[in-house]
Amino acid sequence: MRTDLLTAPVDGLDEALAAVDAFDRTLVAGLLRPRPDQAEGLFALADAVAASPLAARVAEAADKAAAGSAGEDHFAALAAARAALLGAAHDAIAARADEITGRTPAEAPAPAGPAEQAPNLLAAARSWLCDLARTGWQGLDHDVVSGSAQIVSAMLPDTGLRRLAALLDGFAAELAASCPGTALDRTPLRRWADLWTRGMILALPGAVPGPGAVTLTGRLLPLGTDLHEHATAAQAQIHAVFEPADGSPPRLVRASVSVPKPDTVLGAGVWQLLRPHMSLLAAAAEGLSMDLTDMPATTDGDLVWQDEHARPGEPVDPFATARVVLPTAQDPAPAPLDRHPAALARPVFLEGYAAEQDPDTDEITFTLSGQRLPVDTDRLPVAGPLTPDAVTRSTACVGLLRWDDGTFRLQPLAVESTVRKKTVALHAGAWAGGTTDKAGAKAEKAATDAVAVLRERAGRLLRK
Amino acid sequence: MSDFERSSTARVVPPARPRKLAKVPFVELADGRLQGVVSSGSDIERVYVSSVEAGTYAYACSTNNNRPCGGARGGFCKHIGALITESVLQYGADRVARYLRVDAADAADGEPTAQSLNAAMSATRPAPAESKPAASVFSRFLRHLAYLELAATTAPLPEMHWFPSTRAVA
Repeated sequence: MRTDLLTAPVDGLDEALAAVDAFDRTLVAGLLRPRPDQAEGLFALADAVAASPLAARVAEAADKAAAGSAGEDHFAALAAARAALLGAAHDAIAARADEITGRTPAEAPAPAGPAEQAPNLLAAARSWLCDLARTGWQGLDHDVVSGSAQIVSAMLPDTGLRRLAALLDGFAAELAASCPGTALDRTPLRRWADLWTRGMILALPGAVPGPGAVTLTGRLLPLGTDLHEHATAAQAQIHAVFEPADGSPPRLVRASVSVPKPDTVLGAGVWQLLRPHMSLLAAAAEGLSMDLTDMPATTDGDLVWQDEHARPGEPVDPFATARVVLPTAQDPAPAPLDRHPAALARPVFLEGYAAEQDPDTDEITFTLSGQRLPVDTDRLPVAGPLTPDAVTRSTACVGLLRWDDGTFRLQPLAVESTVRKKTVALHAGAWAGGTTDKAGAKAEKAATDAVAVLRERAGRLLRK
Repeated sequence: MSDFERSSTARVVPPARPRKLAKVPFVELADGRLQGVVSSGSDIERVYVSSVEAGTYAYACSTNNNRPCGGARGGFCKHIGALITESVLQYGADRVARYLRVDAADAADGEPTAQSLNAAMSATRPAPAESKPAASVFSRFLRHLAYLELAATTAPLPEMHWFPSTRAVA
């Protein structure tokens, strides 16, 4: 690993992000009656894409928005400009990540054809997001935010609309918890502008690519499990090396499973909801490889898991995979829309570092050949044996190299440490398939009880 | 701009804390109210829909069939008490106090508790709510339950990268 590059500047990145920040600030007061300083932010965004094919449309949109008369197409053009800048930022950061890991990325595949989606729901989502841009974060109130509830409820049952539904649901919950906007003492400017932009683009007809286009046959060697969750949705994503049966070079893939959930289903309860839908969760937790036969997949490295195309294989230690196979594996090129720094997650293997914890902030850093890499232990799932303490005592780590707020960070997926002269491994996703650990079993029982109560109430009250 | 302002994954809402759901299956801080659903102690088919407004503490409690709760006359009934207790377990007392705009100085010394919040609000002699939010709260509860019925998918949701799991609590 070229750790010396972790903190080296990336050319052009600051300028691109400055234009993004300028636009993001315009959303604080909203674009209903913009002030002159907001117009400057809009023009900064338009200037940044002036040499791109978007130039004319974005310049017009910036003019209209600065005059307080932007329509839906104009907001879509502004969202496209912001997404393009962050796409470029992603590409520069990803190229740097490739230099750091020393791996070769795959060629970008031809984009997949668009998925079929209900046009009226997409239109309703765009309309809500336009209202939001006009209102601004300072103008947030319950009336504006609750406009999304019906749209999300109508979208959720259709798994083809799940990307947009899960995004808007999580976004609206944050906005609702932040009402009234006048009382906000700090605003997550980039985050909310990211979510707004992404919502706007996913709600354009034809933006979301269709389902898996290829099938994969070969051996799957899990590296680790990454968990994502907001109050009403959870996703587990397993990073793995895929060794094709035809002898072509190994490559990195992801397998995902997600489910909407009530906000009171937490911790072990999340694993319980996800567990029945992907046999890989338990296999990875038990340290097994899996043999895939004609598993559907996208061209950008995502398996679209179906249990009937997989069977458990030999036990394979993820640390052995990380030490031996990972350096030779190829990273997939992301789908065009997924080119955003927040979606960057490169599997890496580290050892020979010095781990230290800041006594004041509790933040953990690994120092490798004099370079400091911050470790994001806040991401470790609570229902798992891998704790921040275990990370500070570790001697080797499989993790994801991520980037946020100007800095590369490491998200641990598993660590090795030495306990009484023996090497012990702890995995973030170890409880995904269930657990015999005492604390884990207690959490499982509590989660089972919570879901049982909700199912009983639903059975009695829901279909009347 | 601060780090919080420039982070794509800034943690805005801490996750709820786990709690037992048997007595109060649903609690939320929404629509300017602490609101939720309390199971009846005597009739398994019956639930009470209870709420307290932020700022005024105007309260309401009735069954899901719109019968008024006998206890909610002249003050908070035991269902509203249970709602406050469970909301403190789920969100933490500070967040509940902030949402309902209960001044920390009104509460007893030190950290607010469910008991001190209840006492501080009751001491202002709140009036019954003029609006009757029961129908909308009950429909939000049904919407909440319906999340258990939704299908899982193994198609990737790249948007969930904006929502990392977190160890932070309320």
